[in-house]
Amino acid sequence: MNWTAVATIYRAEMARFWRTFLQSFISPVLSTSLYFVVFGSAIGSRIQEVDGVEYGAFIVPGLVMLSVITQSISNASFGIYFPKFIGNIYEILSAPINFLEVVAGFVGAAATKSLFIGTVILCTASLFVDLSIQHPLAMVAFLVLTCLSFSLMGFIIGIWAGNFEQLQLVPLLVVTPLVFLGGSFYSISMLPPVWQTITLFNPVVYLVSGFRWAFFGQADVPVLLSLGAIGGFTLACMAVIWWIFKTGWRIRA
Amino acid sequence: MAAILSIRDLRKTYDGGFQALKGVSLDIEEGEILALLGPNGAGKTTLISTICGITTATSGSVSVGGFDNVGQFRQARALIGLVPQEITLEPFTKVLDTVTFSRGLFGKPASPALVEDVLRKLSLWEKRDSRIMDLSGGMKRRVLIAKALAHEPRILFLDEPTAGVDVELRKDMWGIVRELKADGVTIILTTHYIEEAEAIADRVGVITGGELLLVEEKEQLMARMGQKQLEVQLTAPVTAIPAALAQHNLQIVNGGDALLYTYDTRAERTGITTLLNDVAEAGLVLADVQTRESSLEDIFVGLVSGGKASGGAVSGDAA
Repeated sequence: MNWTAVATIYRAEMARFWRTFLQSFISPVLSTSLYFVVFGSAIGSRIQEVDGVEYGAFIVPGLVMLSVITQSISNASFGIYFPKFIGNIYEILSAPINFLEVVAGFVGAAATKSLFIGTVILCTASLFVDLSIQHPLAMVAFLVLTCLSFSLMGFIIGIWAGNFEQLQLVPLLVVTPLVFLGGSFYSISMLPPVWQTITLFNPVVYLVSGFRWAFFGQADVPVLLSLGAIGGFTLACMAVIWWIFKTGWRIRA
Repeated sequence: MAAILSIRDLRKTYDGGFQALKGVSLDIEEGEILALLGPNGAGKTTLISTICGITTATSGSVSVGGFDNVGQFRQARALIGLVPQEITLEPFTKVLDTVTFSRGLFGKPASPALVEDVLRKLSLWEKRDSRIMDLSGGMKRRVLIAKALAHEPRILFLDEPTAGVDVELRKDMWGIVRELKADGVTIILTTHYIEEAEAIADRVGVITGGELLLVEEKEQLMARMGQKQLEVQLTAPVTAIPAALAQHNLQIVNGGDALLYTYDTRAERTGITTLLNDVAEAGLVLADVQTRESSLEDIFVGLVSGGKASGGAVSGDAA
């Protein structure tokens, strides 16, 4: 491994983050606060409890997942699309580094950013509701794995995208609906039986469910299944990226 | 001198079926400046991209300093610095940061002293804290060179380094190239400006349609294929070539004010003395004489329009 190169890419990507630190920090704090005002206070006051958990607290894992997933994808896809767009990707392609090193640098930085944002949201949430985390280690593991796997997915989107519209397309048309319909704001058991079955095809369900289990000890699907799902997703993304670099798809003529 | 770069039967066919390289073989010696000359779309950039790993070859092999550029890509690429044709720089980064980044990307440990040295050589040190977007076009090109030199490459590729730059900057760039050569860097540059090849190259390769027509020492090429012309200007115009001068193959130019004589500089006898004697005997009075060497451009035009190198396919226009 060419660790110097990995650290170089990582640092350069993080530099972009620090340059816009204030907006990176303020925007998740603001949006989380808004969610709490609307869902937690206005609507949540009319909902008693979900699965024995106060509604305001119940939505925290879903909220964190929502932000972490969208941030991971947008950070990583932009990170690799930008040099493609500007043309300075030539430098990465002609450097003595392999695909693992490129991915480690770009995806590592994107995952770090969303991990930071996830943590900020958790801290903000704790100002509004009383948060108890039953399985802190599992919580961290789910959070890190989600940041990593969706940053990998973002990396693929960034390589696939041919313009800025396409860069927004997948997050907007696929990811956001999946996250909203993935039980971020409700328990699957609240759905009619047919929809309960359909919803199980949504991969985000497993993430939110597992993450929620780490907080409250309750899950819609078995926690090991959640872990397996996210592990499988990570491996699938890695395989796609390996194939991309092997064939040069969309990056190397 | 040993070849630092060996290209063997390199072929590249793009997905659309376009054959950009049709079996290029070339050895580049350490420390030389090779100019790859060719019209737009000749395959110059594809050749460079394939050597550097940006494009994958369809077949053939490239060895850099003895390392295969695919199987031993780490060692091979570490030796190469690439200056691309387009200005491809992140607008918001600072000069010092982007050059430092390039060094790290090649896995070299940080060396502020070396980066400073590179920036000073390229007159960029004063601009080290400027953002790329605030630099002039010429400065941006220098930054690209600095980035390519940051990891101390032994071979530097300059892809059209002076395309679209003004004359002064072009001369500047030539100066930089000469200095790099003095530092022992092997330089391969592509250009479609013949003047550029003529000014700085040791050897010239002519590429067109994905084929390397020839590679030769610049001086030899010009001597071998070069012709010289003598223009004899007359005090009174002529309408036809006098019979006494028929054997010299003259052309009437400038509306009869001058006669043009083409001769081979390498021939044992140029025939000039006889010609001038005959001109005087024919009763013509000389106003002036001028000689003109055919430039690399004439040779190039002859080669590209005439297909394969034929040795004598050189035509020179009347001066």
